Amino acid sequence: MIESLISFWASLPIALTTVIVILLKIVAIILPLILAVAYTTYAERKVIGYMQIRMGPNRVGPKGWLQPIADVVKLMFKEVIIPEKSSRFVFLFAPIMVLAPALVAWSVIPFADGMVLADVNAGLLFVLAITSLDVFGVILAGWASNSKYAMLSAMRVGAQVVSYEIAMGFALVGVLMASNSLNLSDIVNAQAGGIDNWFIWPLFGLFLVYFISGVAETNRAPFDVAEGESEIVAGFHVEYAGMAFALFFLAEYASMILISALTSLMFLGGWLSPFEGTFLVNIPAIGALFDSGIHWFLIKIMIFLFFYLWFRATFPRYRYDQIMRLGWKILIPVTIVWLFGEMVAIGLGWTPWA
Amino acid sequence: MTFEQIIFYFFSTILISGALGVVLVRNPVYAALFLILSFFTSSAIWLMLEAEFLGITLVLVYVGAVMVLFLFVIMMLDINMDPLREGFVKMMPLAALVAIIIAAEIVLVMASPSFNFDQSVVHAADYSNTKAIGNILYTEYVYPFEIAAVILVVAIIAAIALTLRRRKGVKHQNPSKQIRTKRNDRVRLVKMPSSSTQNRAGE
Repeated sequence: MIESLISFWASLPIALTTVIVILLKIVAIILPLILAVAYTTYAERKVIGYMQIRMGPNRVGPKGWLQPIADVVKLMFKEVIIPEKSSRFVFLFAPIMVLAPALVAWSVIPFADGMVLADVNAGLLFVLAITSLDVFGVILAGWASNSKYAMLSAMRVGAQVVSYEIAMGFALVGVLMASNSLNLSDIVNAQAGGIDNWFIWPLFGLFLVYFISGVAETNRAPFDVAEGESEIVAGFHVEYAGMAFALFFLAEYASMILISALTSLMFLGGWLSPFEGTFLVNIPAIGALFDSGIHWFLIKIMIFLFFYLWFRATFPRYRYDQIMRLGWKILIPVTIVWLFGEMVAIGLGWTPWA
Repeated sequence: MTFEQIIFYFFSTILISGALGVVLVRNPVYAALFLILSFFTSSAIWLMLEAEFLGITLVLVYVGAVMVLFLFVIMMLDINMDPLREGFVKMMPLAALVAIIIAAEIVLVMASPSFNFDQSVVHAADYSNTKAIGNILYTEYVYPFEIAAVILVVAIIAAIALTLRRRKGVKHQNPSKQIRTKRNDRVRLVKMPSSSTQNRAGE
């Protein structure tokens, strides 16, 4: 049976087998990602629940574990309502436009050494370019809904995301100066050799700027003026229902996980273990747990995701002018000063990370 | 036809129909969307030319930033299309002339010897386009590059200075002053006898 399968596989043309393998890899990334999104919503409700001294969802399934499944089923069976005077094509196209970049960017993320769908030379630039497309879906959704609340929200998102993208890009410049490469695998490998080699130490300011801008880019609290329910109901997705709304939700959480993954890749050494090179790695049987591997990457992603939830439970929403002030007058100058310092350090040959 | 050619013609078809859409479509927002599509597909064609830095930068700068602001402005304006279309026939000869001049310029540039397409260079897989551009930009062309940067900064400052107006009577907040407030500036603790003792005193 297995031998006949193998011979059948070998008899297929090379081009076809390559396409099949790539498609399977894509499925292997997307499926866990969507599952992770579903359980991030559960984690969010639970974590915020406990922080506010209440239980969170606990009715569907044991301890509420089936809650996200129930939510998905509910959303799938709801009617997608299309406002009469909306621009029909753009209205339905916008949620896809939000979700697609959030998924495409995962194609260059290395999960472990060599475990990457496309090992692109300019991976960092690619991620930056693809994530900058996210904002279109939101703006288009706001415009196509033909609603004042949605339109106001689209304007807010446009201004906010374009402003924070600059700080984000500058923070990435620091990473690429330190790692001397745009390839994400090379960036992680440049941090090899123990926890003190991670870029978070020499680039701490850029790390803070990057993560703050990342929270702003994903329109999460405290930067969620786009949704600002007390002012503009639900913002750009106020007219959406059912699966169209679910796509926005999916995209928001997928980009949250993406930003967490990128932060851990660029500043916390991705799949590298903090115990790398210590005696713990040599312990028989459990040594592999302390060695570098995909589990460290996942743990780091979860830490940053927890930060996202923690922020949402703790911080009040920023006022719009304060968001602009933080982005333009604080984050961008911080990155420029930090980059200048880094430049001088590299010029003098003082590179502790290398 | 090789696989590469199929991809090229696929993207070219999208690019040309997208570009036609920009000029033919009635709604300006749809025109802007077609422009985004054209930028995106031309960046794909650049990627096929191994110009990955330029291709990605095109998406990053034009699609990710410029077109966002573009859409922003178009969506806010309530454009009445009728007066814009009034002089269509009258302006036709002028438009045709401009189109012919542009086409002639493109042909002249493409026919020049510096655009010799016969010598296509094949690079190794680890060849980094970004590094090559950086090397040239910061050594050979460093002065033109920096002059361009200075011109852009001047343009930014000029644009801000032209639109800056200081209105009187507007109440601004001063964030640094807000941060520096102490408790004593806002709260005054007053010692008062508690109400129960007051009541007893009144009895």
